[in-house]
Amino acid sequence: MGMMISLIENEIGVQNWTYIIVGITFALYIGIAIWSRAGSTKEFYVAGGGVSPLANGMATAADWMSAASFISMAGIISFAGYDGAVYLMGWTGGYVLLALLLAPYLRKFGKFTVPDFIGDRYYSNTARFVAVLCALLVSFTYVAGQMRGVGLVFSRFLEVDINTGVIIGMIIVLFYAVIGGMKGITYTQVAQYCVLIFAFMVPAIFISIQMTGNPIPQLGFGGQLSDGSGVFLLDKLDGLSTDLGFAEYTEGSKSIIDVFSITLALMVGTAGLPHVIVRFFTVKRVKDARKSAGIALLLIVILYSTAPAVAVFARTNMIETVSNQPYATVPEWFKKWETTGLIKFTDKNDDGLIQYLADTNNNELIVDNDIMVLANPEIAKLPDWVIALVAAGALAAALSTAAGLLLVISASVSHDLIKKIINPKISEKGELIAARLSSVVAVCIAGYFGINPPGFVAATVALAFGLAAASFFPAIILGIFYKKMNKEGAISGMIIGILFMLFYMTKFKFGWFGGGTKAEWWFGISPEGFGTVAMILNFVISISVMKFTSEPPNSVQDMVENIRIPSNAGEATH
Amino acid sequence: MTNKNASSYWKENIRYVAILMFIWFFVSFGAGILFKDLLNEFKFGGFKLGFWFAQQGSMYVFVILIFVYVHLMNKLDEKYGYDD
Repeated sequence: MGMMISLIENEIGVQNWTYIIVGITFALYIGIAIWSRAGSTKEFYVAGGGVSPLANGMATAADWMSAASFISMAGIISFAGYDGAVYLMGWTGGYVLLALLLAPYLRKFGKFTVPDFIGDRYYSNTARFVAVLCALLVSFTYVAGQMRGVGLVFSRFLEVDINTGVIIGMIIVLFYAVIGGMKGITYTQVAQYCVLIFAFMVPAIFISIQMTGNPIPQLGFGGQLSDGSGVFLLDKLDGLSTDLGFAEYTEGSKSIIDVFSITLALMVGTAGLPHVIVRFFTVKRVKDARKSAGIALLLIVILYSTAPAVAVFARTNMIETVSNQPYATVPEWFKKWETTGLIKFTDKNDDGLIQYLADTNNNELIVDNDIMVLANPEIAKLPDWVIALVAAGALAAALSTAAGLLLVISASVSHDLIKKIINPKISEKGELIAARLSSVVAVCIAGYFGINPPGFVAATVALAFGLAAASFFPAIILGIFYKKMNKEGAISGMIIGILFMLFYMTKFKFGWFGGGTKAEWWFGISPEGFGTVAMILNFVISISVMKFTSEPPNSVQDMVENIRIPSNAGEATH
Repeated sequence: MTNKNASSYWKENIRYVAILMFIWFFVSFGAGILFKDLLNEFKFGGFKLGFWFAQQGSMYVFVILIFVYVHLMNKLDEKYGYDD
């Protein structure tokens, strides 16, 4: 029996396994989208408002975990060592802020979008318009990165051209985002969570058993090697790293103030991202909003706590497989990934061996972050179906996030811009058509950036968090916890906060405004961490301006009193 | 649902949030970043303690914090008659 299975496996091969598994998952997503298509704007924007906390938690987790979380994060950590903790803490700690400071109150407020809240709370269409611009800026920078991830997976695993891959991805997303709206997206995301978590965990568990004998990766990477030497895996990796001239894996090399700022900017940015916040508008009651934030984080942490283990396994495996080995005898996966350009080897000293060193003058091997997860099953010699499963998981992660972002973009245009500012008399049916049309346009723009990725996309995805931290987070927090905060304060805070962030980011990332080097960073804080400074500035400006301008009207202050009380949350409305 | 009721509900809520946020800050920014080097002197299993808090422990605490808050607030809602 075992022999027969392995015989069948050999005949099927990675390529066909990938077609089979990816095909089945795509059919599933499309089936769900047809079953749950949206008939009203309420279903389109907030899935009718009756999603259970568990389903919403799963959908939030899938929405949240993007191609970056699935494909890139473990790879980034495996090269950054301790410093990788900024992503782990930053992208999970934000959910504590969401659950304790934002989600319950925004649900009680009971509207469709984040600009809805900003516009009503600050009794001003200017505030609403500023919020729409911020939401579009944040969401577009984010979605372009997702489409690139889709293209990458298609091109490697299905051996189609990257552009064809992006177009296939666009059609799938278009199909269920346009037909299903939030309702379709929510239930496909539930399925996508299951696919992506299974696909991430299976290889991690296999490799953990292989290397440490422990089936739980979270414990395995703190355990001893299974070769009976009694050496702890992390000690071994620290040793390997220092031998090659890198910093100790468990120590890292960023300054404390930078690690602190990046972590805080990512946490606050997470809590300020419109596509995450809007998920909490879909549940029935305030208590469901709190609970689903908890469930979402639990489901996210399953992957996020496994990623640093995968990082350690992959890095150790990679160093051992290639370092000082003859190029002529490298395994097959090495050659395959070389053709995609994600592994580069130049034999600088012509000795036929691969020298992998921290010193860039003598280093001969460049490995892209992104392949650590994708190539990991091949490096560990796992069966073909596991490799195919990883491809399906990566696609699930990228598609679910892209769909969630597209919904925010289309809601910003059709609801916040058209219905609330340009043409308030638009009918429900007209608004629904506008919502669908704007999601089509958004998919096309996202696809364009996926096919022609501007050089700055990769850099700006991480910075989207800084932008969200510098704009939305203070405005929402002050709106809930500070009754006297007025429109003048909030608007000037948002504008100055986001401009300040854009200035710093373009100065140090793209060399505008005279550019600058690492040595010139303000307070030693990198552009990734500068969201923290910009957020503080937003708070200071908002409060100072408020002191010199008039109080908000009583009706608004009553509204703030009202959102603090969880009962009678009612249904989300226009 | 008098105004006085609402404001004492709000005060209790703020107190819970403040305590939980303190723990949130302490495990991540404290144990995982500011006191990392100090905690790295201690090991548990193969993990240096500061490294473990940064890459594992803080995340587990985050999850627990939210569920504790859910539990506390459900009880508070009941106490003030705000559960529906």
